[in-house]
Amino acid sequence: MSTRTIHMEILRYHPERGEAPRFESFEVPVHHDSSLLDGLRYVKDRIDGSLSFRWSCRMAVCGSCGVMVDGEPKLGCQVFLRDYGARVRVEPLAHFPIERDLAIDQHDFLDKLQGAGTWLVPAQTLDPAEGPRRQTPAELERFSQFSHCINCLLCYAACPQYGLDPDFTGPAVLSLVHRYNEDSRDAGKAARMELLDAEEGVWGCTLVGHCSEVCPKAVDPALAINRNKIESAKDYFLRFLTPRGRP
Amino acid sequence: MSRRRPYVRPMAGWWRRNPHHFLYMVREGTSVFVGAYAVVLLWALTALADGPDAWSTWLATMRHPLAVLFHLVVFVAACWHTVTWFAVSPKTMPPMRLGGRPVPASALVGGQYLAAIVTSGAILYAAAAAA
Repeated sequence: MSTRTIHMEILRYHPERGEAPRFESFEVPVHHDSSLLDGLRYVKDRIDGSLSFRWSCRMAVCGSCGVMVDGEPKLGCQVFLRDYGARVRVEPLAHFPIERDLAIDQHDFLDKLQGAGTWLVPAQTLDPAEGPRRQTPAELERFSQFSHCINCLLCYAACPQYGLDPDFTGPAVLSLVHRYNEDSRDAGKAARMELLDAEEGVWGCTLVGHCSEVCPKAVDPALAINRNKIESAKDYFLRFLTPRGRP
Repeated sequence: MSRRRPYVRPMAGWWRRNPHHFLYMVREGTSVFVGAYAVVLLWALTALADGPDAWSTWLATMRHPLAVLFHLVVFVAACWHTVTWFAVSPKTMPPMRLGGRPVPASALVGGQYLAAIVTSGAILYAAAAAA
């Protein structure tokens, strides 16, 4: 049952035309359960098949459909069109180069993620026959929320420091570094400290704090980054006391 | 041959486009007023060290209407600076536990307000007693 329509103003960019991006408006029916992603799919299926955007799961798990909705980074599948008035403005995630229409170039983030050592580094080779490595609820709590990251990049689109300096490692990667550093089963913290200590690491953050507000999974990257400023400062001074410097 | 031509959007005016980023810039901007008032207090300290004449000059300067206006503006800026930094401070503190449970962010922020009120009260009391 369609009750009304909404004008979706979508930023279009066609690299082969050599023109700057421009907005194009599409009239889309609004049902009670229409998500913004449903609206984009309606445009692609019924009005203009050339519209490009990423999506997959439709349930805020895959992290593919992040877009700017009236200037705020959101997952297209988590936004209901019923919550907007006569028009809604949809743009690609801010601070990333636009590949085509709403699809951004994710390479910078993926390269940073790959180079951050965001995996468990056990102290010694483990024998599966010894069984699972158990953790207490308190040990789990230290990193649990940071493991919920779905790499949707909303936090990067909310971070002006990343927009101003793309060398900044950014909220999600730094949160994931924190997630492994805090894991009682991990022994790889020393190797990850170089990344945190750098100007492009935690010190590139000025605590704007918007990353934590836009996260669809309630991860708090601002907390992960700023608590690691203490760790980084400790690491800096402790290096003067250890004869061999950085391990 | 690749036909890719990624388009990079300009950042000019970024802090005016988003209300959250605008408030962030206001928070950062208030530090200028806090810094300026630290200079005024340093001036007071040097005047105290220089003797009664220098101190009287400083006191007279502070009674000028422009100095009073400056104080009012700095007071508002310092209050906003305090409120906004208290609000984000739980993100900057090491994790604290009390009786095995993590201390909630609201308690950390509330504790800072309590400390600020007690300290301000003690200073005002000491000033009133000395006057």
